[in-house]
Amino acid sequence: MGKAIEAIDLDIYYGSFLAVQGVNMTIRPKTVTALIGPSGCGKSTYLRSINRMHEVIPGARVEGSIELDGTDLYGAGVDPVGVRRQIGMVFQRPNPFPTMSIYDNVIAGQRLNNKRMRKDATDDLVERSLRGANLWNEVKDRLEKPGSGLSGGQQQRLCIARAIAVQPDVLLMDEPCSALDPISTLAIEDLINELKMDYTIVIVTHNMQQAARVSDYTGFFNIEGTGKPGKLVEMDETKKIFSQPTQKATEDYVSGRFG
Amino acid sequence: MSTDTSPGPAPAKAPAPPSTRPVVQPGDRIFAGSATGAGILILVVLAGVAAFLLIEAAPAFVAPAADIPGGNGIVAYIWPLVFGTLLAAVIALLIATPLAVCVALFITHFAPRRIAQPLGYLIDLLAAVPSIVYGLWGVAVLAPASVELMTWLQDYLGWIPLFAGPVSATGRTMLVVGVTLAVMILPIITAVSREVFLQTPKLHEEAALALGATRWEMIKMAVLPFGRSGIISGAMLGLGRALGETMAVAIILSVSGAVTFNLISSGNPSTIAANIALQFPESTGIEVNTLIASGLVLFLITLAVNSLARFIINRRREFSGAN
Ligand SMILES: Nc1ncnc2c1ncn2[C@@H]1O[C@H](COP(=O)(O)OP(=O)(O)OP(=O)(O)O)[C@@H](O)[C@H]1O
Ligand SMILES: [Mg+2]
Repeated sequence: MGKAIEAIDLDIYYGSFLAVQGVNMTIRPKTVTALIGPSGCGKSTYLRSINRMHEVIPGARVEGSIELDGTDLYGAGVDPVGVRRQIGMVFQRPNPFPTMSIYDNVIAGQRLNNKRMRKDATDDLVERSLRGANLWNEVKDRLEKPGSGLSGGQQQRLCIARAIAVQPDVLLMDEPCSALDPISTLAIEDLINELKMDYTIVIVTHNMQQAARVSDYTGFFNIEGTGKPGKLVEMDETKKIFSQPTQKATEDYVSGRFG
Repeated sequence: MSTDTSPGPAPAKAPAPPSTRPVVQPGDRIFAGSATGAGILILVVLAGVAAFLLIEAAPAFVAPAADIPGGNGIVAYIWPLVFGTLLAAVIALLIATPLAVCVALFITHFAPRRIAQPLGYLIDLLAAVPSIVYGLWGVAVLAPASVELMTWLQDYLGWIPLFAGPVSATGRTMLVVGVTLAVMILPIITAVSREVFLQTPKLHEEAALALGATRWEMIKMAVLPFGRSGIISGAMLGLGRALGETMAVAIILSVSGAVTFNLISSGNPSTIAANIALQFPESTGIEVNTLIASGLVLFLITLAVNSLARFIINRRREFSGAN
């Protein structure tokens, strides 16, 4: 668990529109990397290309390569389904399956792997994952209730539990707290701090303080103008980015002087 | 979403008028009135139909058994018809529903857009074809063409009572009726299913894919559970059409009145609707009452089927994703 990611000369397209250009980025194992940048600069697009969710959109494609511990995720003969099992994802809006109970939501990924598990083994997995997502105490008495009946913050933690239940190598999070209140946000930030013991985490956020609080490394994306591709401006240790960035654009952005 | 709860100074406003009655816009009142009116009208019409059926059917229920056509009483007369009606409709539903779901899934999730759209229009078009056309197709094309297949079924699957034979030489059998009805109700079930499948939230489809679901697994996880109540509604619409289908059955089926599960022989029970259509012109007196009594039974069957579907849909309402 916890593998390194390396993006090499990555160009990401929507049809003929080049959304993100020339990303070279190294993400160390078992660290938290924050991606920041103005709206529309391609953070989500880049994040989704890491677990090959980008190509789900009709016409969307990627050039260049992303390596997970040295193996090219976009190499010939690599099954995107397998990639997504290794690289979990948490979305901006909580999206538990509304037709499943809390319990079934957590083991949804495990069911996919077609492993027949004994009841006590799945019980165990559910408890472990929910504890890992700091949700166990709140839901342990209503595991059979629908996941959509939880509060937004609880739903988001349920989604995190669902993502870590399959024990991925990497966890991608796209603005996981943007729909949450400050208390739930703190709960999830604490959780991220715990999860990085086991997982490589990449998180997109618009919240500078959050990036500063949770991440070890920060990458700043920027865009020169509408219709132009987004680019990775610089990436470094978080405290470096926030104290003495090498690029003027980064400094303007993190100090709030952007746009 | 963004409700402002900041305890800022309250906006300066004139004190509310001391009126106890809430203000209602005239537009709202008109709309509420006409909606209520329409609702009541439907109930009144339904009650009227039920009353007509009850009153006209009553003589048949009290008449001596010998007076009822067939001479064995009302139950003996109606039971084979009920059986035939349900049998034909169930066959149609069993064939059409899975097929319709597959076609709808193909249109919404597998076909390239270039093919999906014309296919969608085509399905809608098929739903509008009058049933007599399907009936003609059934009797002129499907029935003769199916004799060979039914012979095969008898030869190899004859141990299943459904295919015991002997095969009808004309092919005008219950199986052909079932298949024709299936073709007839396929478009409506497909159209309804397609609509709900299209409405599956992208969010949930992506959740499944991001967990490492293949496309088919994603469909099983996100699309089908979400579309479940829609599929059931579509199937019920189809079932309603199959139960009440008259002309197609009347011109295809060769009837003996036998109550049998044997689908490929020439001795079949008729259906309520087809029987009414065939018998009504030559009926008088108590015979008419008997036919109306069978119509009442059809009415009740439809009611029961719809209630059952409602019940199935509501049972898992919590999990419907509507909240
Ligand atoms: N499905 C899509 N089809 C076509 N273009 C898209 C699609 N999704 C995003 N884009 C475009 O790609 C670019 C990058 O979008 P992206 O969503 O990655 O930005 P972002 O950095 O995540 O922004 P935000 O901070 O607002 O979430 C934008 O110009 C956007 O318009
Ligand atoms: Mg985004």
